[in-house]
Amino acid sequence: MKRLFALLALLALTGARDPILVPEISQHKVEVQQGFRGADLLLFGAILTPEGTRAGQDYDIVVVLKGPTRSIVLREKQRIAGIWVNADNTEFRSAPTFFAVASSRPIRQIVDDKTAAIYELGLPWLQLSPIGSFDPTDQARFSAGLVDLMRRGGLYFENNHGVTVNEQVLYQARIALPSNVQTGTYTAETFAITKGRVVASAISRVEVQKQGFDRLIELFAQNNGFLYGLVAVAISVAMGFLAGRLFALV
Amino acid sequence: MDVYLPIANLSVNGLVIVALGALTGILSGMFGVGGGFLTTPLMIFYGIPPTVAAASAASQVTGASVSGVLAHSRRAGVDYQMGAVMVAGGIIGTVMGAGIFRLLQELGQIDVVINVLYVLLLGGIGGIMARESWQALKAQRTGVPVPARKRRHHPMVASLPLRWRFYRSGLYISPLAPLILGIFTGILTMLMGIGGGFVLVPAMLYILGMSAGVVVGTSLFQILFVTMATTMMHAMTTKAVDVVLALLLLIGSVSGAQIGAQLAQKIPAERLRFILAALVLIIALRLALGLGWRPDEIYTVAPL
Repeated sequence: MKRLFALLALLALTGARDPILVPEISQHKVEVQQGFRGADLLLFGAILTPEGTRAGQDYDIVVVLKGPTRSIVLREKQRIAGIWVNADNTEFRSAPTFFAVASSRPIRQIVDDKTAAIYELGLPWLQLSPIGSFDPTDQARFSAGLVDLMRRGGLYFENNHGVTVNEQVLYQARIALPSNVQTGTYTAETFAITKGRVVASAISRVEVQKQGFDRLIELFAQNNGFLYGLVAVAISVAMGFLAGRLFALV
Repeated sequence: MDVYLPIANLSVNGLVIVALGALTGILSGMFGVGGGFLTTPLMIFYGIPPTVAAASAASQVTGASVSGVLAHSRRAGVDYQMGAVMVAGGIIGTVMGAGIFRLLQELGQIDVVINVLYVLLLGGIGGIMARESWQALKAQRTGVPVPARKRRHHPMVASLPLRWRFYRSGLYISPLAPLILGIFTGILTMLMGIGGGFVLVPAMLYILGMSAGVVVGTSLFQILFVTMATTMMHAMTTKAVDVVLALLLLIGSVSGAQIGAQLAQKIPAERLRFILAALVLIIALRLALGLGWRPDEIYTVAPL
């Protein structure tokens, strides 16, 4: 609260004209472990004038939560000689593992296509950075294919009415992380938009980490494959042996 | 019962996985086949990433074969010498299989190749088994016994150089024959996540001509060690073995295997073989149709 006040005071003194956004997330750390069934993130905050008072103006708020990106190959099946085989593929350098957009109104009513593309305000404007020179129509087809796949997997989604703004000051959005999220740093970018112009934006981060037993298992498998394999084999043999013995008694 | 799988990165219903293990365990106990040919596709269908599914399925087959090998060794049903040669071949096969797996993955054709292999193998072996067991069933009903098949190995086996005596199998053949057979099943195990039992048993009977009493035990012995090698191979290369997933499968499959073994004693052997043949053919048919049907997912993602 003190820092917030200092920030507001500073902004008041410098006399910046655009409003400021003060974002916050209900949790900055999501712990993935046994019993993890997904997490419900509450992204909230306030829009203030540089003086720290109510802006007294209607704003649209868009919240974009983006998971760690990865380089992928996307393959496309086509029917060749009667059977479906992977016939075509493309590579994307920065496909997010998770992408969710919540906005107070449908994006197309808030901004034009150009602005939406600059700030990646929705799935149609996702920047996947295809590798190599590439035909635009093919690229569009592949991008649409990836978005559709991820959307049905519950990892990409848009909520046109996911943000509520109260009294022109407070906003809040709820974004649910499913249980199959990748671990890593998630960035939540909040945009305040008025008259088709982004007037303020702010970034906050969420760490999604494996904890406890599951983190140990992951590290073990990654760093010491040989021993990990031996343990897996030992478990299998012991279980088989045990079952044989137990059922022999019955 | 929600269980989080740390390597597969998702939460599953543990009871569903245990049930899946039990289903394949029962099959394995009843018919002496690994049942891996069912587990892997069903797990993928449930949403587990294909690599993790294939890598973790092998450990389930290990567990199910342990009790089988113990039971067979008690009544001298394992030819250890023959088994050792086939295990050696199997380990060479898993190394080769890992290479082929990576090559096909890079080409993006791994799933098509796996499906075509499944159709050919299941269709071929299912067909042979169905014919044999049908003849046996018919002979039983009419009372005319099927003329006993002369147990002889394939002429190709006889032409191989170097001969060893395999006492328990009642054979004097080149060790290269079981070695090559071992290599072949090793490759299959690595590629398809199956134990290879349903390939091995007929091959040992009809190509090598081993005596029937040691066929199932020796095949289980080979499968036991080859699936161990496969698990090690995956743990070191793909790093996709999920112990939590394997544990859940094992709970189901080891108990299922015991139940299956008891069921098997209540059903006549010929009928059992015929049921298995029908099951294998149905799966082969479904997979064959699946190759031509429009798949659920046109696009697939693989890490670069």
